[in-house]
Amino acid sequence: MGLKMQGHHHHMVAVSLNSDQQLGTKRKYTSYVPRTHQGKYLALWIIAFGFAAVHVYRCIDAGHQQRIQEGLVSMCDQRARMLQDQFSVCVNHVHALAVLVSTFHYYKNPSVIDQETFAEYTARTAFERPLLSGVAYAQRVLNSQREDFESQHGGTIRTMANKEPSPHRDEYAPVIFAQETVSYLNLVDMMSGEEDRENILRARSTGKAVLTSPFKLLGSHHLGVVLTIPVYKSKLPPNASVRDRIEATVGYLGGAFDVESLVENLLGQLAGNQEIIVKVYDVTNMSDPLIMYGRQAQYGDLTRVRVSTLDFGDPFRKHQMTCRYLHKAPISWTAITTAFLGYVIVFLAGYMFYTGAIHIVQVEDDFHTMQQLKVRAEAADVTKSQFLATVSHEIRTPMNGILGMLALLLDTDLSSTQRDYAQTAQACGRALITLINEVLDRAKIEAGKLELEAVPFDLRSVLDDVLSLFSEKSRNKGIELAVFVSDKVPQIVMGDPGRFRQVITNLVGNSVKFTEQGHIFVQVHLAEHSIAVHDATSDSCLSGRSDGCQTNTLSGREAADDQNNWDRFKHLIADEEFPFQVLTSDGISQNVNLMVSVEDTGIGIPLHAQKLVFMPFMQADSSTSRHYGGTGIGLSISKCLVELMGGHISFISRPQIGSTFSFTASFKRCEQNMVTDPKRSLYDELPTAFKGLKATIVDTKPIRAAVTRYHLKRLGVFVEVVNSIRTVASVLGSGQPDMILVEKDVWLSGDDMSNIRASVFGHVLKSPKMILLATNITGDEFDKAKAAGFSDTLIMKPLRASMVAACLQQVFGTGKKVEQGRVMANGSVYLRSLLCGKKILVVDDNRVNRRVAAGALKKFGAEVECADCGKAALDLLQIPHGFDACFMDIQMPEMDGFEATRRIREMEEKQTSGSVDGSCDTGTTTEWHLPILAMTADVIHATFEECQKSGMDGYVSKPFQEENLYQAVAKFFESKTATNS
Amino acid sequence: MDVVSQLQRQFVEHATSLYREGYLDDQFTQLLKLQDESNPDFVVEVVSLFFEDTEKLLNNLTTALQQESIDYKQVDAHVHQFKGSSSSIGAQRVKNVCVVFRNYCDEKNLDGCLVCLEQAKNEYLLVRNKLEALFNVSL
Repeated sequence: MGLKMQGHHHHMVAVSLNSDQQLGTKRKYTSYVPRTHQGKYLALWIIAFGFAAVHVYRCIDAGHQQRIQEGLVSMCDQRARMLQDQFSVCVNHVHALAVLVSTFHYYKNPSVIDQETFAEYTARTAFERPLLSGVAYAQRVLNSQREDFESQHGGTIRTMANKEPSPHRDEYAPVIFAQETVSYLNLVDMMSGEEDRENILRARSTGKAVLTSPFKLLGSHHLGVVLTIPVYKSKLPPNASVRDRIEATVGYLGGAFDVESLVENLLGQLAGNQEIIVKVYDVTNMSDPLIMYGRQAQYGDLTRVRVSTLDFGDPFRKHQMTCRYLHKAPISWTAITTAFLGYVIVFLAGYMFYTGAIHIVQVEDDFHTMQQLKVRAEAADVTKSQFLATVSHEIRTPMNGILGMLALLLDTDLSSTQRDYAQTAQACGRALITLINEVLDRAKIEAGKLELEAVPFDLRSVLDDVLSLFSEKSRNKGIELAVFVSDKVPQIVMGDPGRFRQVITNLVGNSVKFTEQGHIFVQVHLAEHSIAVHDATSDSCLSGRSDGCQTNTLSGREAADDQNNWDRFKHLIADEEFPFQVLTSDGISQNVNLMVSVEDTGIGIPLHAQKLVFMPFMQADSSTSRHYGGTGIGLSISKCLVELMGGHISFISRPQIGSTFSFTASFKRCEQNMVTDPKRSLYDELPTAFKGLKATIVDTKPIRAAVTRYHLKRLGVFVEVVNSIRTVASVLGSGQPDMILVEKDVWLSGDDMSNIRASVFGHVLKSPKMILLATNITGDEFDKAKAAGFSDTLIMKPLRASMVAACLQQVFGTGKKVEQGRVMANGSVYLRSLLCGKKILVVDDNRVNRRVAAGALKKFGAEVECADCGKAALDLLQIPHGFDACFMDIQMPEMDGFEATRRIREMEEKQTSGSVDGSCDTGTTTEWHLPILAMTADVIHATFEECQKSGMDGYVSKPFQEENLYQAVAKFFESKTATNS
Repeated sequence: MDVVSQLQRQFVEHATSLYREGYLDDQFTQLLKLQDESNPDFVVEVVSLFFEDTEKLLNNLTTALQQESIDYKQVDAHVHQFKGSSSSIGAQRVKNVCVVFRNYCDEKNLDGCLVCLEQAKNEYLLVRNKLEALFNVSL
């Protein structure tokens, strides 16, 4: 997003906030979870399923109740039926008795039955009538017949109630025959009892067995009913009238049913007797049912009752049986458990949904908040970068004031102490400026405003430059500092030399800072090659690790990366048949991928800090920064830069052993014809005077020898490596070397050099030059070396091709004055040399600015002309003109700097295409292209891109400052001075 | 010789006090550096140019802000000029006021502009006095 916004720097933060809010709304997700009132949903759920549970309970319970009810019905009906059956069996028997009496007492004359016979017969057939406590026969006696009857039977007719002789009535029904069990009824008038009388009357009129309502039986306390059957003296037709029946009646047969014991017996025979309560009622009068069996009190389960109708054969009387359960029906546990458990499950599920919903809503809210926070954090990050850039820039201005004032102060008369203080302050100020520049760099990178150049440059000379920066320090510390660039890496590549140098400088600087002894070794290989060799050697090295392969490093000290040793290095430099080379050199691939590694034997990085290495402002710990200084921003910038260069950076580090940082970077292959550019001076011209010379290097350490060979080879020297002075002689076969280079430690450990020199080369006329290579050397050693025969020279490491060349010149005394290379004189002297005699046009509408710019440029010897607006500048720049450069203000009324530049470029184009042949006499360049530099107060916002779009070549920050001016101008005039001189 | 070095010291002291109080910044140092034998009156020349320009610009601004309908573009252009020249000679307090002034211009805030104009005038007068004092010392 930061990248997108680049165009709108002023409103960056505001805009980015807005856009993110839009983004946020766009990203709106659909939520299927209710965001509010979850509690209500839960309650609804619980209630709904509560009803459901009750319903389920009812369904199950209804089945249960029905089964109980069915059980009751079947039991009740069964009892009723049995009772009825037994009852009717008894009634039938009494009927049979009635028939017996009528047959044998009335049809036979004289009667064959007397009391004795009857009692005998009934006693013997009592088993047939288990329900009857006894049977008796009462004769119909009219009042007129009473006296006859009484005399005949030898007694008076008595009433039932008090056994007194009966008063006069119309008719009587005295018992004449009785079973023995009821013999006390003899001659008792049955019609004297109200119940019996009615019974008798009803029986004789209907001709059927009739029953009384229940009453307490005489003999027992049981409830009972009396059965009465009429006996007629003649056979009656079936349709006989009531009167006929009464006329025909001669007597009555009666029996008492002990209903209570009857039912008791019956129930005792049946299963499930304990469970139910049975009651038998006489319901002839529906409104007042009379109980025949069972207790009057209502108890048992009142909710469930079964009523079965009983038919005892008397149509007048109606009976029924009611059954109840003794205990209330047990609650249906199955139903309750099922419903309850189901409900609990559903309730839990509901609660789960509820908490789930709440959780989801919470998470969604949090997510939302986080998103907003993220947007804000990102905005803040962008703001931070902007702020950093601005602040760094703003700090630079007063810092320059401080430095300037310090410089002024140093120009005044100061005591040595004051001078010392002032110089210290100046040094600190410079360090601070460097730091601020680094911060600015990082901020620029983060804000995406850092653009890489793509210019051809010589990688090897860049590395040499970096090495020369640190040579002093490394020598003081006694560290071996060396660089090696593989032959396969092309001489010239396209890229950003400044940034490449910055990364290398940073890594090497760190290594130098943290290394006290051992070596720092910078290698550059083709990345493809390096990877291929790495794959090939990793196996062999792993197997050979135990035999000390890690000591085969540059200085012999162990390095962090085990595999980065001679075994691998050998492959890297020896592998001539490298397949990738073909691929990369035939032009298919335009990219040159380099693998650069910087190996040191310093203190290493503590394991816990290794993750933080590339974080800005992170150092291993606070003691590190106390010890070694620095801010720790360098590596993070390096990482950014490497990533910008299309590579990545990594490291291997072992505490107390060292670190190896390596990074890859992608550069463009440089076309051969581009080397003939005026920008040729970007790389070093090494002297060619040593081409064809032969050298022998005496060194026991193969990597170090390879480094030395690399530098000599760049000078065109043929090199042979031997590992001891003694063997020098043996390789003489290939021709005598012009020089012998000996490492100091080889010399120190070896034999006396002078002897060897004498013995080996004594016979040769022109002895080879003896050169000693050393990292550091003491005065004594130096004298000794001179005595030993190294009179010729001593080359102090770190080696650099140009330095080696200079030393060799001294040794061989080649009189030819060799080009000194670029003298990077910093500051005004160099600027002066660049600008001297140049004609420069300054375009600015502000008089003061114009004057200042002109003054500044004049100071460095330029000839300055001024124009106060774009139009005036166009007039002055009509071709042909004599200007070498133009400084253009961007913001001007009428025609701004961009517009003016566009017009100038148009003009130039027209001229170039119009008169190609006429241009050679007008100037040194073959086509018109006036360097135009923008002047702007706003360095951050004026990107190179913007200037380039309108045809400008660069920009200078305003107000003019020497270093900016130098940087901007150097690019354009450097090449010219180089070609001119 | 004594007098010269004394005067020089006085100049430096005075200039330093101006830096300390924030009237001037590094740019003024740069200007001083640009002055040498071949161009002895460079700083004075530039400073007097600045004075002239500023008087004119302040007048323009005052009239521009008194108009019925204010042409903020015009005002902004003036302030831009003012900012440019003040930053060129290193009068940073004036420059800072100009930065604020331009913001108000962008917002078309008349009150802000008027306040800024007043501030700019004050700062200008201050720096003018200081610079005049400085050059009286140095001359």
